[in-house]
Amino acid sequence: MMQDDKVIVCDKLTKRFGDFIATNEITFDVHRGEIFGFLGANGAGKTTAMRMLCGLSAPSSGKATIAGYDVYTQTEQIKKNIGYMSQKFSLYENLTVLENIEFFGGIYGLSDERIKSKTEELLQRLGLKGEANKLVGSLPLGWKQKLSFSVAVLHEPKIVFLDEPTGGVDPVTRRQFWDMIYEAADSGITVFVTTHYMDEAEYCNRISIMVDGKMEVLDTPTNLKHSFHARSMDEVFYQLARGAKRGD
Amino acid sequence: MKQFLAFVRKEFYHVLRDRRTLLILFGMPIAQILIFGFALTNEVKDSEILVVDYAKDNASQELLTKIGSSRYFNIRQAALSHKEILKTFQKGKIKAVVVFPANFNEDLLHHNKAQVQIITDASDVNTANMVTNYLSSIIMDYQNQVNQNLEIPYRITPEVRMLYNPQLKGAHGFVPGVMALVLLLVSVMMTAISIVREKETGTMEILLVSPFKPVLVIFAKAFPYLALSLVNVTAILLLSVFVLDLPVKGSVALLFAESTLFIITCLALGIFISIKTSSQQIAMLISLMGMLLPTMMFSGFLFPIENMPLPLQVISNIVPSKWFYIIVKSIMIKGLGLGALWKETLILFGMTVFLLLVSLKSFKIRLQ
Repeated sequence: MMQDDKVIVCDKLTKRFGDFIATNEITFDVHRGEIFGFLGANGAGKTTAMRMLCGLSAPSSGKATIAGYDVYTQTEQIKKNIGYMSQKFSLYENLTVLENIEFFGGIYGLSDERIKSKTEELLQRLGLKGEANKLVGSLPLGWKQKLSFSVAVLHEPKIVFLDEPTGGVDPVTRRQFWDMIYEAADSGITVFVTTHYMDEAEYCNRISIMVDGKMEVLDTPTNLKHSFHARSMDEVFYQLARGAKRGD
Repeated sequence: MKQFLAFVRKEFYHVLRDRRTLLILFGMPIAQILIFGFALTNEVKDSEILVVDYAKDNASQELLTKIGSSRYFNIRQAALSHKEILKTFQKGKIKAVVVFPANFNEDLLHHNKAQVQIITDASDVNTANMVTNYLSSIIMDYQNQVNQNLEIPYRITPEVRMLYNPQLKGAHGFVPGVMALVLLLVSVMMTAISIVREKETGTMEILLVSPFKPVLVIFAKAFPYLALSLVNVTAILLLSVFVLDLPVKGSVALLFAESTLFIITCLALGIFISIKTSSQQIAMLISLMGMLLPTMMFSGFLFPIENMPLPLQVISNIVPSKWFYIIVKSIMIKGLGLGALWKETLILFGMTVFLLLVSLKSFKIRLQ
């Protein structure tokens, strides 16, 4: 039921709040296993767009399908097929590592055996075996973030949305975090990521940059740098964002 | 269902792991029952009274034994002059002095009437009143007892009668009041805080993105507090029966059913507050100011509603705790059944349905 290998298809997707157009006719496709960077200054409309794609808020107009499901009518199915990790740390600090995994496995409806084997595998991979019964609140931020990502893909979603996942994390951990993202993409999970770090933008397969609710550009990092005659993504972003009228 | 259980289990982890919450949850009802039941009691128990018996005859001795055998008084005897009596009051330990005149028995035999003087420490008006009333009723009791065999009855003055609540149990009004307070705090404040906390920490987003239904998120969050509140009701009732000697006269099952109804009212309120606020502090303030204060003022638990100006009496009708207080009081103390309480129950039920609908509706709007 999926057309080609496109897991996200957006056609003139728009969200209005009264007179304010938060997201203005954005059109793009994301392919299976792709790492798609979703960039833009604060207030450019990224969060609104992402909320629509996650089935949290109904679009005002336009079309979009996520993993083949319609954002207007099939939000239930969409939710089952996506993972989400937000910019704020999103596990429960006063639950242990194990309890967090069990909880999120539980609300995604995984069977007990599946949760058990997944937990085993996850702890092994993150090297958190000894920490399984520690409260998440006592772990260093880097570990929390990695754990948070692992939990977001615990139910093997088709797409995982990462909303500024590496905020406040040191460069080494960020690098490790991106290794995990690559691994996930290799296994066929599509990664939709927002970030303010331009070095991270370079890690993406393709990047879109939103300015004032519109998607101004969409291309690979190399092509973008080339067409903007820029040496880095930083410059590309600056040239585009400088023209923005809104922001906070 | 399995998802729901996983969620509820998580909520219990939260509650049981947070020591401050636990302390509020279980420490508060116990502390309040004990404080209201004992420290703030307006009951006289083991009061020291001093007896000055100038008569030392049969009648005075009999009456003294009767007073002494009541658990309200501890008797000390002394022969003191009037001046010395005043001095003993100044020390503050003695609640009352009972003076039998020299010819107490004689007076009864020959004139059929005698006087007993009761002097109380009126610096504490309530206690003084109470002690006088207790003593008078014991004296009356004695008088009736002797008079059974007599043609011309004896009269022992002073004569005071007690019309209501013959045992003067202080806990009567407090237990239902404390129940309303505790349930309100636990259900409204705790629920509101626990939902708002998820918003603050950003975990609410994660929950909303999950296939777990948003309405179920709310129910799953409220459920543990329903369970904990019922534990609280049980604890309060046990304390009141076994520690305060206040039995439940009516049906315990009905009492639990009505409590559950009131808890759901409170949970609906808590959910509503949590939807309208975005920080734990604000949720807490609104719960305290908006819920706790009206309960204290308008439930009739601390201040009699009948004595309020009419506008306030009207306002008191929209406070759910008022109705719950009436219901609990009627079941526990008067032993009334649903037949007598259907009106109050219906009002409470209506409020619950209304609040649930309003909070679910605003929750949906919020999701858009």
